[in-house]
Amino acid sequence: MQRFLVRRLFITILTLLAVSVIIFALARAAGDPRYLLLSRQADVAHWDALGEKLGLDKSYIHQYGIFIKDLVQGDFGDSIVERRPVIDVIRDRIRPTVELGLAALLWSTMVGVPLGILGAVRRDGIFDRIGKFIALIGQSAPPFWLGIMLIFFFAVRLEWLPPSGREDPKSIVLPAITLGWWFVAVNMRLIRSAMLDVLDSEYIKLARAKGASERSIIWKHALKNAVIPALTFAGISLGSMVTGAVVVEIVFAWPGLGRLAVDSMLRSDYPLLQGVVIIFTLLYLMSALLVDILYAYIDPRIRYA
Amino acid sequence: MAADATSGIVFAPKTLGVRVRRVARRLRRLPLIPVFILMVLVVCGITAPWISPEDPVNGDLSDRVLPPFWEGAKYFPKTVVEERAIGQGYREVEIGSNDFEEAVAAEESLAIKEGRPVREIGLGDQLLVKTRDGGGARFFLGTDQLGRDILSRLFHGARISLIVAAITLGVGGAIGSFMGLLSGYYGGWVDELIMRLVDIVLSIPILLVTLVLVASLGASFELIVAVLSLLLWPLFARVTRGEVLQLKNMDYIALARVSGASGLRIMIVHLFPGVFNTLIIIATLNVGVVILVEASLSFLGAGVPPPTPAWGSMVADGRDHLADSWWISTMPGLAIALTVISLNLFGDWLRDTLDPRLRQLN
Repeated sequence: MQRFLVRRLFITILTLLAVSVIIFALARAAGDPRYLLLSRQADVAHWDALGEKLGLDKSYIHQYGIFIKDLVQGDFGDSIVERRPVIDVIRDRIRPTVELGLAALLWSTMVGVPLGILGAVRRDGIFDRIGKFIALIGQSAPPFWLGIMLIFFFAVRLEWLPPSGREDPKSIVLPAITLGWWFVAVNMRLIRSAMLDVLDSEYIKLARAKGASERSIIWKHALKNAVIPALTFAGISLGSMVTGAVVVEIVFAWPGLGRLAVDSMLRSDYPLLQGVVIIFTLLYLMSALLVDILYAYIDPRIRYA
Repeated sequence: MAADATSGIVFAPKTLGVRVRRVARRLRRLPLIPVFILMVLVVCGITAPWISPEDPVNGDLSDRVLPPFWEGAKYFPKTVVEERAIGQGYREVEIGSNDFEEAVAAEESLAIKEGRPVREIGLGDQLLVKTRDGGGARFFLGTDQLGRDILSRLFHGARISLIVAAITLGVGGAIGSFMGLLSGYYGGWVDELIMRLVDIVLSIPILLVTLVLVASLGASFELIVAVLSLLLWPLFARVTRGEVLQLKNMDYIALARVSGASGLRIMIVHLFPGVFNTLIIIATLNVGVVILVEASLSFLGAGVPPPTPAWGSMVADGRDHLADSWWISTMPGLAIALTVISLNLFGDWLRDTLDPRLRQLN
């Protein structure tokens, strides 16, 4: 258990370092930040003074050290477009993204798990077919296109739901469905195949033999073991959800971190983009780590593998 | 029938007929529709410059937002959002979109129908607008907001997707399988180093890092290929390593080593052919992933830069025209979805046929 956790933590820290090095290197490759920060009339003295203030006169290793120190202290510099600290801009945007992620997770679990169970219990039944159809779309249709089609049908044609924005509480429905669709598909497939395996095992046969009701066999005996693979997947999927959120937020003009990242990319607001990507990476890695720990806690087989 | 008296096992002679029947049995489950779709896609992608009816990059603005051939002109109401005086007692009304053949005053037609005098149109009134007729033979699937033929752009988009997929899978596959061979064959610290590298690359949020790359280096074809190759090599490395671990304990490898073959020679001449089948399957299963990621990046404006017609950016083009011109986004999206569905079904079939052991890898 401890060895597993130490290894996971080690990988997480190395990944963070790798991402920070990439971002630092790219920031330097993008050109001298003084061209952006200083006006054209600035003289050499100004130029040198700012260079000293930003630490540009030091070696790259030293600069990287300063960069990391600032990051740890939460100092990401100022946004070029918004003209205020990056960390403040980001703080306003975290909530919508987390809301969207949780809503998507909720819907993918509420729909994916029952469909998977029903599909396994009655193979090729009506629910199995519905599930397979959802899964086929979820794994093949690009999420941005799915989102646009949902907007077209439910917002433009039927006018049931708002097409974009976050003012109306109903407006979370379409983005959450879009973001969660792929996970519904995967959840369902995992639960279904795990249930099929478990239902075929000896202890289920024993439960049947001693006369347990079908309902208690499915919900009490089988499901508990079948949920484990879906839980592992939740760990991986939390991470992909963060990435998927970028695309979905753009489609639905959802004011979260993902949209902030793309907007700042398009506006070349480098300090802001850098901050968003670091915070996003942190969220991504932490959620993956958290689920891994949870998983190792639940399933002893992982700890010793 | 020749029975072996000692073992009691009956061997059927392997005649040509048996072989043909065996191949036929395997092919029977070949997913025909997906294979057909993929073939059409590949042919269209390769021959795009010759079969495209129109220029995919330069359109004529007078042809903009023509619907596909089956759509007739439609009437629907639009509300007047702005009113301007244009002198001499005339006024102009703005309905927030100019993608229409003509605007008919709903009030006017109603008035004529009911036989009463016509009232002046003002702010907030409804106008009946008429969309343009379908594109007919010239623009089969209609045109986009810049008057470019969607069918031609789809062909060229297929070409881009195929080129990107081929290069990235080639590069990623080559790097990944070489790393996997090194890691599996040498073991020890080499293995540890490479596998940790694989873990790290797999946990980097590639899409986000790509946004930073695009912001600092600018969007380009080369960048997309590099990013996708980086995304793919760890998959190949992991699978190759697993296969090599099994193969390297076999006698023929020991014999090769005894006869003085170098490590590089053993890896490339003796181990690589053994993993090749598996690599082909992994590559096939990931073509869809590459196409989806490339489309997502293009959609975000971080992919192959415009005006090159990539499917993802075509979907993005149509976003603002959804209410009036649904086909601009729908067509390329359908193309992506159909392609990926076909690739998934074909990949599954290939995996089950060539290597049933991989079923768990999903």
